[in-house]
Amino acid sequence: MILEVFVTALISIDNLTLSYENMTVIENLSFEVFDGDYLCVVGENGSGKSTLVKALLSLKKPDKGSIEFGDGLKKNEIGYLPQQNVAQKDFPASVYEVVISGCLNSRGIRPFYSSKDKKRALDNMELLNITDLKSRSYRDLSGGQQQRVLLSRALCATKKLILLDEPVAGLDPIVTAELYDLIKKINKSGVTVIMVTHDFPAALKYSKHILCMTEEDWFFGSREEFLKSKFVNFMRGGEELD
Amino acid sequence: MIEIISEIFSSPILVRAMIVGILVSLCAALLGVSLVLKRFSMIGDGLSHVGFGALAIAAVMNLAPMAVAIPVVIIAAFLLLRLSSNGKIKGDAAIAMISTGALGVGVMAVSMSKGMNIDLNSYLFGSIMSVSSEDVVISVILSVIVLFIFVFFYTKIFAITFDENFAKATGTAADIYNMLIALLTAMTIVIGMRLMGSMLISSLIIFPALCSMRVFKNFKSVTICSGIISVITFLAGMIISYAAETPCGASIVCVNALSFIVFYIIGKIKKTT
Ligand SMILES: Nc1ncnc2c1ncn2[C@@H]1O[C@H](COP(=O)(O)OP(=O)(O)O)[C@@H](O)[C@H]1O
Ligand SMILES: [Mg+2]
Repeated sequence: MILEVFVTALISIDNLTLSYENMTVIENLSFEVFDGDYLCVVGENGSGKSTLVKALLSLKKPDKGSIEFGDGLKKNEIGYLPQQNVAQKDFPASVYEVVISGCLNSRGIRPFYSSKDKKRALDNMELLNITDLKSRSYRDLSGGQQQRVLLSRALCATKKLILLDEPVAGLDPIVTAELYDLIKKINKSGVTVIMVTHDFPAALKYSKHILCMTEEDWFFGSREEFLKSKFVNFMRGGEELD
Repeated sequence: MIEIISEIFSSPILVRAMIVGILVSLCAALLGVSLVLKRFSMIGDGLSHVGFGALAIAAVMNLAPMAVAIPVVIIAAFLLLRLSSNGKIKGDAAIAMISTGALGVGVMAVSMSKGMNIDLNSYLFGSIMSVSSEDVVISVILSVIVLFIFVFFYTKIFAITFDENFAKATGTAADIYNMLIALLTAMTIVIGMRLMGSMLISSLIIFPALCSMRVFKNFKSVTICSGIISVITFLAGMIISYAAETPCGASIVCVNALSFIVFYIIGKIKKTT
């Protein structure tokens, strides 16, 4: 039993190369995500963070290398918050319809949603303070409200792992603080968290591991290792530029 | 009015057309919501042209029309789906190419078979006379299957329509459901083509969805409202076509266009109040 805790990586990324057409975005990236980890992915705009997230979700095929899920993880146990809002402007969908669609991955072939799914959706809406928006149309909401709706949906889909691509973008400071608390709680309950963020202080405060990506290079290690590395200066510098 | 309706119901040809028409309208409208939102409405249009080509060739070669058209249109549906989701080839141009190509082949086939009794007009613009009692049986079976599958997979259809990437990322087999939608669309178009005509059948897919999207703001209401609008406009179109002796396909499209204007205005009024 003790051995297992050490051996099982939830996800192993080995020599991963990702590119668009002929432009290589990520080259020879290797790291592991452990069960119960809280990994923050930081780095410049355009360094390939979102592309990496898409590859982890098998939305993007690796050009080279591999992404392997450990025994513990199936695709339908993953929650995801995309960076860009993909739904079209005129899409008719209520907030509740969007949130509960996150429960779909646990339904398998079965039709409709169970009362358990419905409760899960309502609970997650409560967590993000959007219960009163339940029957509002998603397209009529503000950016921050839409972000919270998509977060509730991501929580509905999450069983073992949640991938968050810039979750606090568009949120006010109070909601941001609440959100970090919430993610911490979820992580404590055993869910592995991978979060892309530009919020450097938050990354340092909450993460167990950090993946730092720049145009040419990358760093992966524990938070303590990161603080001792040269990348920490780079990030501080980058932070000031913003 | 009541007189006209009772006349319609006393004619077996008209009753057959009614049964097929109501079922097809319902199927087309439900699928239409997803197709319109996924920007796939051109696929419906392309498929109806392919269907015309298949029917024409079946008639010329003296084969059972449905038996030829169903597999051909289903194959075309998968092909068009792949073309439009593949970013490299221009999807809309590919669809236009396939649909005009099929149309050309169909017209050639029909005109080369002068000896046979094929009415090009009814193929293109539909005719209630062309609905045989075998067609009714096949249509009823197929449309019940389409409706059942749609309701059974409703939650999945919503998810892949709203955000296909999220659905894929979290373990829903989006590609399979996309193919399912294409398959159901192909079946609906083949069933409705004889009655509505291949030029007009795709209006059944597009209009009801666009109408209800003017007024309703959640997916379920839009879907239900589409179904209702579609059946009502079909019945109204049939009655007009009978009373004014106009072709039924064209009459139905006109009623649909009119109802779009009405829903557009209702939507505007709703917004301001
Ligand atoms: N769909 C795409 N097609 C072509 N290039 C892309 C696409 N998506 C992203 N890129 C490019 O890949 C690079 C990495 O993008 P991205 O992963 O979004 O960066 P980040 O999330 O770190 O800001 C950028 O240079 C971007 O322009
Ligand atoms: Mg990004």
